Amino acid sequence: MGTVAVEGLRKSFGKVQALDGVTLDVPDGSFFVVLGPSGAGKTTTLRAIAGLEKLDAGSVHLDGKDATGDPPAARDLAMVFQSYALYPRLTAYENIASPLRARRCSSSEIAAAVERMSNLLHIERLLQRRPAQMSGGEMQRVALARALVRSPRAFLMDEPLTNLDLKLRVEMRTELTRIHRSLGGTFIYVTNDQVEALSMADQVAVIKEGKVQQVGTPTEVYERPANQWVAGFVGSPPISLLACRAEGDRLIGDGWTLPRPRWTTAEDGRPLMLGLRSEDLSVEQRGDASLAGELYGLEPLGDRTVVDVRVGTEIIKVKARPTVTGTPGERLHVTVDLDRAHLFDAGTGLALSEAGR
Amino acid sequence: MAVSVDEAVATGPARDRTPSARRLGGRGRSVLEVVLLTVLAVVMLFPVLWMIETSIKENRDVYAIPAKFFNFTVTMDHFKDVFVAPGGGRSALSAAFLNSVLVAGVSTALATVLGVPAAWAYSRFSVKAKKDQLFFILSTRFMPPVVVVIPIFLMYRQVGLIDSKLGLILIYAAFNVPFTIWMMKGFVDEVPSEYEDAAMLDGYTRLQAFWRFTLPLLLPGIAATAVFALIFSWNEFVFAIFLTSSDGVRTAPPAIAGLIGGTTVDWGLVAAASLVFALPVLIFAYLVRKHLVAGVTLGAVRR
Ligand SMILES: Nc1ncnc2c1ncn2[C@@H]1O[C@H](COP(=O)(O)OP(=O)(O)OP(=O)(O)O)[C@@H](O)[C@H]1O
Ligand SMILES: [Mg+2]
Repeated sequence: MGTVAVEGLRKSFGKVQALDGVTLDVPDGSFFVVLGPSGAGKTTTLRAIAGLEKLDAGSVHLDGKDATGDPPAARDLAMVFQSYALYPRLTAYENIASPLRARRCSSSEIAAAVERMSNLLHIERLLQRRPAQMSGGEMQRVALARALVRSPRAFLMDEPLTNLDLKLRVEMRTELTRIHRSLGGTFIYVTNDQVEALSMADQVAVIKEGKVQQVGTPTEVYERPANQWVAGFVGSPPISLLACRAEGDRLIGDGWTLPRPRWTTAEDGRPLMLGLRSEDLSVEQRGDASLAGELYGLEPLGDRTVVDVRVGTEIIKVKARPTVTGTPGERLHVTVDLDRAHLFDAGTGLALSEAGR
Repeated sequence: MAVSVDEAVATGPARDRTPSARRLGGRGRSVLEVVLLTVLAVVMLFPVLWMIETSIKENRDVYAIPAKFFNFTVTMDHFKDVFVAPGGGRSALSAAFLNSVLVAGVSTALATVLGVPAAWAYSRFSVKAKKDQLFFILSTRFMPPVVVVIPIFLMYRQVGLIDSKLGLILIYAAFNVPFTIWMMKGFVDEVPSEYEDAAMLDGYTRLQAFWRFTLPLLLPGIAATAVFALIFSWNEFVFAIFLTSSDGVRTAPPAIAGLIGGTTVDWGLVAAASLVFALPVLIFAYLVRKHLVAGVTLGAVRR
């Protein structure tokens, strides 16, 4: 068992409202990712779950029981801190052993558990070192080991991979998903990296300024962003947003027009934002849904090239084959897959009902 | 001595002092600097040198006119007189030294035991009107002892603490607790609270987390603070002379001062007693320097 449910968490630090009514429901055994930009309140959310932060309002339920007032030790959780928080005077071995020591395990049990962890995270040769003698990435792995050494109700991980180099980070991502599957515990994983979130999560909660924007599977969050901000935050290159309004069976923008998508129910004249992901656009012309523009720039990324196209006064990003060429200023047409486009209310930023889709 | 301690207190943790010290030792020292430093050194050190000389001169050399700088007979009698009474047995001065050790030691221990947890609490928890409370605590140090000694004398007379070691211990502890809180709050602030957070998630209570993980990191700071408190209690004169009178209770500062007066003054004895009195302070001041430079081993937290 390991369900975590928080409701209406509120916390302010002076004038800063770090948490503004955060509600999350983490199912048992899930890999739950909290995704948000810097300062969104991710760390504060984890600390609230762990019982390290005195809340202004809200409740924390663990395994269905109210744990709002419980001290951290009573909550049976493990946490990887963003700052690692490895004990500076203890060796890596003693750091990893600490949660077991606190729970009075025998030293043979401890030795076995630490060895298992050090094999799992490839830190065998670090065990006798102190934190000051380790690199950032090494400390991060020891911090992970200290959390994983026990089988708590849930693991809380605060950006545990940020300090690793890209190769190791990709490796550790796979490794962590594997560990999650083999341990079967509940993971609550905080990150500001949307690639990490999309690739690892069962469920993603996107938060911004202490408010949950959307909760869903990675596919849901990517394919059906709840609002304009989520659409812009998730996805790389970022989604292109164009101001427009519906007029009869057309969408009219600033210097461009497209057929109105069949599924939208927006009334005529309402200010809208059209969201187009780069992979739903193409510089090859086919069909009638196309935008006329001029080439603004090329970003070759190896496996693909992102073509920046100026349409009216806006720049949109189009994913193209790596072989695409062109000179800036050249006229071209961008074909739009309107079935996969997104429409948002320009005032509220909320996604328009997509019931017809 | 009292002056040097107060100076050291005012500068607090002396890490930022190293650069200027290094500059002094550097190459570009002007003639003016050397001259001024020499003058200063002579002015500052002459009384100390003279005290050392007096303590090992025979009495007739002490009073010799013109003063004898080098060609005097060396004797250790004065030092013997500090510890041994004229008729044999322990001297009153040596009893005073023991009283000083007891009073300074116990009051410092008391101030440390009370002050360190208080400093931790002020550093870690949100306390109502924390700034005002801390300022109030500090303000008790603004007052020089002479200002409060009369009311305290009257209060002590009421509760029967006059002329008792306990009375001195309590008043010194009262003066050292605020100092300890202020010094230690700085040291506790330096230790990231995440160590305690991590320990609590490991399964320790908050107090265990403090005791097992934060306290060891504070030891150098505690040692430095305790030494300052010790020096304050050791040197304190005003309370000691007003609140105590009998030989069995009196501490060293009033006892040494008591040697002066009467018809003849045994300057050799005064000088020897003062030297013995100054020695622990010198040793401790040296230790403080080491501890303050050593600092706390941090660095396992990314900032
Ligand atoms: N102890 C604190 N005192 C004052 N403000 C705080 C404190 N902790 C957090 N905040 C503020 O609360 C907000 C949320 O902070 P939090 O640490 O939860 O962000 P985060 O999402 O973890 O960001 P990051 O990705 O940079 O770690 C920020 O604006 C931050 O400045
Ligand atoms: Mg954070």
